[in-house]
Amino acid sequence: MAAAAENVKKIRLDVRAPGLIIAGVVIVAFLATTFYQIRSDEVGVVRKFGKYVRTTQPGLRMKLPFGIETVTKVRVKHIFKEEFGFRTKEAGIHTTYMSARDFMKKLSYSNIAYQRKAGFAADPFLAETLMLTGDLNCAEVEWVIQYQVGDPEEYVFNVRDVRGAIRDMSEAVMRQIIGDSSVDEVITFGKVRIQEEAKVKLQEVLDEFNIGIKIKNLVLQDVNPPREVKDSFDDVNRARQDKDRLRNIAWEKYNEVIPEAKGNAGKLVKTAEGYSIERVNRARGDASRFVATWEAYNGAKDVTRRRLYLETMAEIMPSMGRKVIIDEQQKGVLPFLDVMREGGDGK
Amino acid sequence: MKGIIAIIVIVLAAIVIFNGFYRVDETQQVIVTQFGQPIGGPVTEAGLHWKKPFIQKANYFEKRVLSWDGDPNMIPTKDKKYIWVDTTARWKIVDPLLFLQSVRSEREVHSRLDDILDGATRNEIADRELIDIVRNSNRILEVVEDIDDVEVVISESALEAITPDSGREQITRNILAWSKPRVKEYGVDLIDIRIKKINYNADVRTKVFERMISERKRVSQLYRAEGKREALDIEGQINKDLQRIQSEAYREAQEIQGKADAEATNIYAEAYNRDPEFYSFLNTMTTYRQALKDKTFLILSTGSDYLKYITGYGPEGK
Repeated sequence: MAAAAENVKKIRLDVRAPGLIIAGVVIVAFLATTFYQIRSDEVGVVRKFGKYVRTTQPGLRMKLPFGIETVTKVRVKHIFKEEFGFRTKEAGIHTTYMSARDFMKKLSYSNIAYQRKAGFAADPFLAETLMLTGDLNCAEVEWVIQYQVGDPEEYVFNVRDVRGAIRDMSEAVMRQIIGDSSVDEVITFGKVRIQEEAKVKLQEVLDEFNIGIKIKNLVLQDVNPPREVKDSFDDVNRARQDKDRLRNIAWEKYNEVIPEAKGNAGKLVKTAEGYSIERVNRARGDASRFVATWEAYNGAKDVTRRRLYLETMAEIMPSMGRKVIIDEQQKGVLPFLDVMREGGDGK
Repeated sequence: MKGIIAIIVIVLAAIVIFNGFYRVDETQQVIVTQFGQPIGGPVTEAGLHWKKPFIQKANYFEKRVLSWDGDPNMIPTKDKKYIWVDTTARWKIVDPLLFLQSVRSEREVHSRLDDILDGATRNEIADRELIDIVRNSNRILEVVEDIDDVEVVISESALEAITPDSGREQITRNILAWSKPRVKEYGVDLIDIRIKKINYNADVRTKVFERMISERKRVSQLYRAEGKREALDIEGQINKDLQRIQSEAYREAQEIQGKADAEATNIYAEAYNRDPEFYSFLNTMTTYRQALKDKTFLILSTGSDYLKYITGYGPEGK
């Protein structure tokens, strides 16, 4: 009996089953198309039958189901980035960059055909970076732009290919500004100005389309003269260093020679000062001695003179060689010449 | 039986209603056609709209700004330089009815834009000198190397002024002004055209590179020559300072010694002036001691004080 009742119940369930499944599907679809989540860096742009109705903030939100209202999520806080002249393969502590060959593989056929036509087939990056400067030279300029969605409605509704527009305009603006700068400005001292001008100009150009994009940063990366002429540019730097080197060598020599000369000069002066001290001291000494002797002499002039004279004579006479004594009456020494000669011969 | 008929009627009605309503997105605009014949003006207001089911058709067109990217063209400038010019433009469908009647599809309008914009670009470029295309203004370019306060112009071409009514932006404005009325007949508005790239063709590029190299060589040589000049200058400075230092030291030494000599002379004079005669006597005696040495051959007169007694013992000798 119990088994029979069970059977009846089962059959009834089976009859009601398709209805339940449909109802279940409808409920699930209802819920799935009603509730939606907006992440913290997004907003939701809601359209009702295609017409814009509202913009919703992060959180769990509701809308009319079954496609009556649709939501487009826009990452308004996210900072997007476009690279020109290179592509980041993997960002990180050691960021790796895509090789030109890998990048080529990613490009569509039309892009490659375009580059071939433009004469840039060798390197798709070069096609982005090579540009003419205002002095009719060339430079290779790499840069990045960072941008944010400033107005989500404008961003969604106004321009079909936003990224393409940003890239095109960025290239056009950059080339326009580089085209109004000299190659030296581009490569060396004008980078900051170029960055600033390009950023302002790009924003201005994009605003004309009400694209809803805000350019946060425009930063020049590697900026080089074309690889074919890079050597000569490097040589200018080397020449500048050569100039400094020559000057430094000369100054080294200066610093070696001049202090020594100063030392010698000082020595000369000091020696003169030494001489001066000696000379004065000697003079004083001699003077004192003379004065002392003279004072003593004043007391007994005649006898002192005699004494001094005779002492001197006594001292010098023995040490002298041949002596000839001539009478004071004798005039001239001619007659004694022979004697002198003898003395002269040392005999 | 009645129930089934009712269900069929409801389903048919639903199909008719669903077909009659059409939605227009914010990014779209619609032209309603009846058997291919446009009915009424363009529907640009987004939202849900009604048309006659089945017999009328909604044709959708873009309302957003669209891109056109031209192929790069090789164009000779007025000064016979061959350059690649690559342009890009933004446009939108402003008159979908006209658009539908004249070109129908975006692909079609792209080929018309190719014709018009490439032609306009070619005309503008071929009529101008290269500098007028590359430059945008007469902004003074900083092209001088400052080699120790001597400004050296590296590239003369940078100093050329562009002719009025030229420069990159002006050229694109001209192209835009010329093309705008011509694309209007397709129901299209041209918003903006820009020169995306200008580059030399391979031949010109080689020549430009050669010029750049020679310009740089000139600057390198200037630097090196300047370095030599400075080094020689410093060497001269060494000689100058050396001679100054040495001569100054000599002068100072002589002055010091002279002063000392003068002082000594004064001291001697002051002392010896007390009795010049005694000084001569005393000093003569000292001189004798020093001057009259061994082997001196001496002739003495008996009249000398020393020998006066040799001839006698009287007070005056003899």
